[in-house]
Amino acid sequence: MFDVEKIRLDFPILAKEIFGNPLVYLDNAATSQKPRQVIDALVDYYENFNANVHRGVHTLSMEATDKYEDAREKVSSFINSESSDSVIWTRNASESLNLVAYSWGENNINEGDEILLTPMEHHSNLVPWQELARRKNADIKFIPMLENGTLDMDRVDDLITEKTALVSAVHMSNALGTINPVRELGVKAHRMGAKILVDGAQSVPHMPTDVQELNCDFLVFSGHKMLGPTGIGALYVKKEILESMEPFLTGGEMVLEVSYEEASWADLPMKFEAGTPNIADSIGLGSAVDYLNVLGMENVREHEKDLTTYALNRFKNADLEGLDLFGPDDPNIRGGVFSFNTPDVHPHDLGTFLDRIGIAVRTGHHCAMPLVRSLGVAATARASFYLYNTKKEVDILVDGVTEALRYFRDGPN
Amino acid sequence: MDRTKIDDIYRDRVILDHCRNPRNISPIEHYDLLGDAVNPFCGDEVHFQIGLSDEVIENVRFTGDGCAINMASGSLLSEAVKGLTTEEASELSIKFVESMRKSIDQDVDQQFIGELSALISVRHFPVRIKCALLAWSALEDALSTKA
Ligand SMILES: Cc1ncc(COP(=O)(O)O)c(C=O)c1O
Repeated sequence: MFDVEKIRLDFPILAKEIFGNPLVYLDNAATSQKPRQVIDALVDYYENFNANVHRGVHTLSMEATDKYEDAREKVSSFINSESSDSVIWTRNASESLNLVAYSWGENNINEGDEILLTPMEHHSNLVPWQELARRKNADIKFIPMLENGTLDMDRVDDLITEKTALVSAVHMSNALGTINPVRELGVKAHRMGAKILVDGAQSVPHMPTDVQELNCDFLVFSGHKMLGPTGIGALYVKKEILESMEPFLTGGEMVLEVSYEEASWADLPMKFEAGTPNIADSIGLGSAVDYLNVLGMENVREHEKDLTTYALNRFKNADLEGLDLFGPDDPNIRGGVFSFNTPDVHPHDLGTFLDRIGIAVRTGHHCAMPLVRSLGVAATARASFYLYNTKKEVDILVDGVTEALRYFRDGPN
Repeated sequence: MDRTKIDDIYRDRVILDHCRNPRNISPIEHYDLLGDAVNPFCGDEVHFQIGLSDEVIENVRFTGDGCAINMASGSLLSEAVKGLTTEEASELSIKFVESMRKSIDQDVDQQFIGELSALISVRHFPVRIKCALLAWSALEDALSTKA
């Protein structure tokens, strides 16, 4: 069933060598690798179906339109949306967030309103709200975080008030791995008449997602982190909210009737998709969803939980004096993301050292500058896992970090 | 693991040595020039205080924060410019930055840069070149404050 060695064979890039060492790709929180099936779907589209969609009576255009809308259906079912009309194509999670901030935010956030966020938001779920709050004279508040990198849920009831218009929270933190109780946040938000947005950029790729069960009003995610191509992402919005929203971008494709003076809008979801869409990559994302469905998202999550448990143990028991590992140590509320810091080695030197032995990790602030600063550091090193990673790769990582610490502490011998 | 691969960047222990024991970090009594550079992307920083005697750099104080390459570069630079005139220091800076920007298969005149040549191998890692150059921005900043 879930045979990781067999899965790896589907990913051509995993056969690559870096400086003569097998690639150990642990930068999945930044972007995932792509299986042959997704790459083939892109080639197949360009070789056999390339045409513009929704505009032409010719066969090719109809075939392209079918494939394109079929991909939307797949993504819609993947998150268990009631209807694919609720799924808007965007370029990525960032664009989805901007769409909500402009299209919904402009008409629903007023002076004195509050937007409640968590301290562990990616810049893309922080900056659009800062800008909106500035335009509207609204306020941004943050749910405090506990020492172990989880939210202080005891404080949430006090923080969500009649003033709160939106609670926007990351489901799985890209910097700490923390899985936040977004369903519970939603219940509390709705109780006070506020909306709940879930940033699923890191959760949708790694665990089953059910927007009806989560009862979220908005969900954003990116295709490139879930085996799909870059340049395609999605926004889910509850239908009754989406119906009340004004378009974000205007122009071709998103209109019903146009005169020289004015225009009326197309039906959902096209009302929010101006211009020729990213047809090829939508189809590519549909193929990625097929791939994930064959594996089963429950199994993906189990595999990664297993790796996380293993990695937590290895980090704890390795000879890594002074290593600071951030985030919760309970694999039930943590994804496969490991941010850490070492007293003797700067993260950039560690990153270069690991690269030399074939290990790809991210170093820096992970687009969560205020969070990383609040940890008291300027940068961390981060290893993040996906479905094709193995325990052996965890070993290579932990041994590599141990080796690096020794090297920088004692010098080359 | 093949150690030599790592050694060509943290080469001859020079970079590691300068990073662990940076030179010229003690406070100096009197200085004429101040220079700073910060890389907002990674948070690394370098600061120089420079004391002149006529046109000659007599005293340098280096302080900084960041990765090994940044720290070593600051320390090596502080050694290299001591005893130079400000004009010579500017020339050295231009030459060094030019050398660092050369692609890896282009030859670099390592003669003039002496111990600084340890930094030349950083060119193997294009993303780290900016780490080696930050100190030189701080130097240029200091020299540009000179009336
Ligand atoms: C939690 C989280 N939110 C949002 C984003 C933004 O995704 P994108 O850059 O694809 O728009 C990321 C990507 O790093 C992320 O990790």
